Amino acid sequence: MKIAVLSGKGGTGKTAIAANLAAVCDASMYVDCDVEAPNGNLLFTSSIQKTEPVYVKIPVIDAPQCNGCRACTEFCRFNALAFVSGNVMVFREICHSCGGCVLVCPTKAIAETRQEVGSIAYGTSKNIHVISGAMHIGIASGIPIIKELWNVIEAASEPVFIDCPPGSACSVMESMQHAEYCVLVAEPTVFGTDNLKMVHELVKLFQKPYGVVLNKCLKNEWNPAKEYCVQEGIPILCELPFDQKLAEIQSNGGLVVRKAKQYKNCFSELLKSIEKEVRHAAAVDS
Amino acid sequence: MKIGVPIDMPSTDEPVSSTFGRSKKFLIYDTDSKETRYIDNLAMNSQGGAGIKAAQVILDAGVDVLLTPQCGENAAKVLHESHVTLFQTTSGSAQYNIDQFLQGKLLKSGDFHGGYHGRQGEGGRHI
Amino acid sequence: MQQLLILSGKGGTGKTTVAGAFIKLSGAKAVADCDVEAPNLHLLMKCNEPPMYHAYFGMPKAVIDPEKCISCGACYDHCRFDAIAKGDPYIVHSYHCEGCGVCDIVCSVHAVSFQPAAAGRLCLFLGNRVFSTAQLDIGNGTSGKLVTEVKKQMVTHVDDDIIPLAIIDGSPGIGCPVIASLSGADMVLIVAEPSVSGISDMKRIIQTTKLFHRPMAVCINKYDMNKEKSKEIEIFCRLNYISFVGRIPYDTEAVIAANSGLSIIDMDCPSGRAVQLIFKETIKLLFAADLT
Repeated sequence: MKIAVLSGKGGTGKTAIAANLAAVCDASMYVDCDVEAPNGNLLFTSSIQKTEPVYVKIPVIDAPQCNGCRACTEFCRFNALAFVSGNVMVFREICHSCGGCVLVCPTKAIAETRQEVGSIAYGTSKNIHVISGAMHIGIASGIPIIKELWNVIEAASEPVFIDCPPGSACSVMESMQHAEYCVLVAEPTVFGTDNLKMVHELVKLFQKPYGVVLNKCLKNEWNPAKEYCVQEGIPILCELPFDQKLAEIQSNGGLVVRKAKQYKNCFSELLKSIEKEVRHAAAVDS
Repeated sequence: MKIGVPIDMPSTDEPVSSTFGRSKKFLIYDTDSKETRYIDNLAMNSQGGAGIKAAQVILDAGVDVLLTPQCGENAAKVLHESHVTLFQTTSGSAQYNIDQFLQGKLLKSGDFHGGYHGRQGEGGRHI
Repeated sequence: MQQLLILSGKGGTGKTTVAGAFIKLSGAKAVADCDVEAPNLHLLMKCNEPPMYHAYFGMPKAVIDPEKCISCGACYDHCRFDAIAKGDPYIVHSYHCEGCGVCDIVCSVHAVSFQPAAAGRLCLFLGNRVFSTAQLDIGNGTSGKLVTEVKKQMVTHVDDDIIPLAIIDGSPGIGCPVIASLSGADMVLIVAEPSVSGISDMKRIIQTTKLFHRPMAVCINKYDMNKEKSKEIEIFCRLNYISFVGRIPYDTEAVIAANSGLSIIDMDCPSGRAVQLIFKETIKLLFAADLT
């Protein structure tokens, strides 16, 4: 079972929900795909067993072989190459690693080397494998790291909870496109609802079965996110009330299901609802 | 000597463009022939690396001195490598800035913003 | 014109709430929302005038002509972005296509062409203030350029000799869109959250801002959610010579205000009162930096 946890807006509680769901399973994997701002591992008291770098391929020019034809600089649509004073300059942080310049060079003067763009940390926290991707500062895109994380997810046999980046752009798409089911986390604000609509569009585009968790709900206050879900016929998996105590536990870096029985029960129920939805979706597909 | 100035409309009375990488055109003034011509900035609609491409356009036009209000680090690298000197423009028209430069009143550029892709690559031209 | 950029690192710290309050307090006539993936500022801005829209085009994407395609598989073998689906004919998944052009150079029958691809929409309000915003379409990338377009749209419609201040609501994260928003910013205000994850992300955005040599200041939102962590942030700022400009308490009235389309300044509430002090401190720093 591979579940992606998404939110249109940041700060809705996506990471806490993904992590706590992982914690109530007998055995599970939590994967942090929010590589620009990875936080999940901070909720677990996990021991990191190893960290592996993630590389992308970057061109290197063999100057003596280069005949100055400029086929490479003319080809590159990202402007990562410039021809200056008889030499080709490579701008690593602009390069998209497409390999095209290697192909167009008539004298085979371009080879590829690797550049580190981020890393993946592997750890465990009791029953959970905690896999966390992080992008290095100054790098433009975390997609190569997310792709690597999916190699780990595909190989997993236990249930996997994928903590996606906030928003609905390409890094989010990369994080959820192979998931079986999507949990959308929404907060009870007009800001959050406006952004929920975007991520709702995304999951529909990829024809994923999905449901919403309404988080940080305020008693007796209008919930625009709930109103939207009802209007759109989106299944509401559960409504989590705003709780100062829960917020404090999390701010100190903890899993509420391991600290308070009421939350363990609550998340166990949520997990059951998700499992039921996944079974239902699988039955509909077959 | 050829002087290059980023500009959005083809007239010496026009102000210098606020951006180097995405200006619409470049004004090229030849101090020997005293002629002014305008070339399109092929980088204008680039998704990324506009500064690099704009610098390439400037180089290919044989410019020796570039007058610009600002310029990204990547573009600056390209220009420095080719010995194009950069001078900081002040407010005013392109003609005004060219005149100021010729009178030695413009300062050489020392301050480049970090550009859109942060940390600098090392160039990596050679194996 | 001085540009004040508001960033956070972590999402949901209250960047837009603070931006909205600052706009109200300063009466800023130039405003931009650079959070093009999930813009929110327009919900507070209450613009009466109709917006002007411009389509935003990203990288042109590859399209395979089904009449010419001979299903040889060369494009599929060389595409590094999993953007090509096998079949008769082969098809490009435009969401994955990065527009690199490799498929075109390996295609022996010239079946590949590149088409402009709409990737979002720029939106401009020209009323008693200039408000520039945009929405990136789902699944798209290259939002750094769209952020640049949002800022350019604001700057070109403002006389920056007359308008003293622009407020820019940034985006979460540290990647391309944030890097694009940092260009041209005169000062960065970081809104931090007092939690383990909030502090971790705050440090990452501080590092990113330092790469660009921008003066910065930090404030804490919802500081009483965890007073210990709030103290940790203040100490961190002190040790790293970063200006600390104040703290805002957690305030349910802020949610109610936002849901009614109001800024926290429009109501008499604890968060509104706190943000006024932060505003004073920040503006002092911004214009002091301008003088040096």
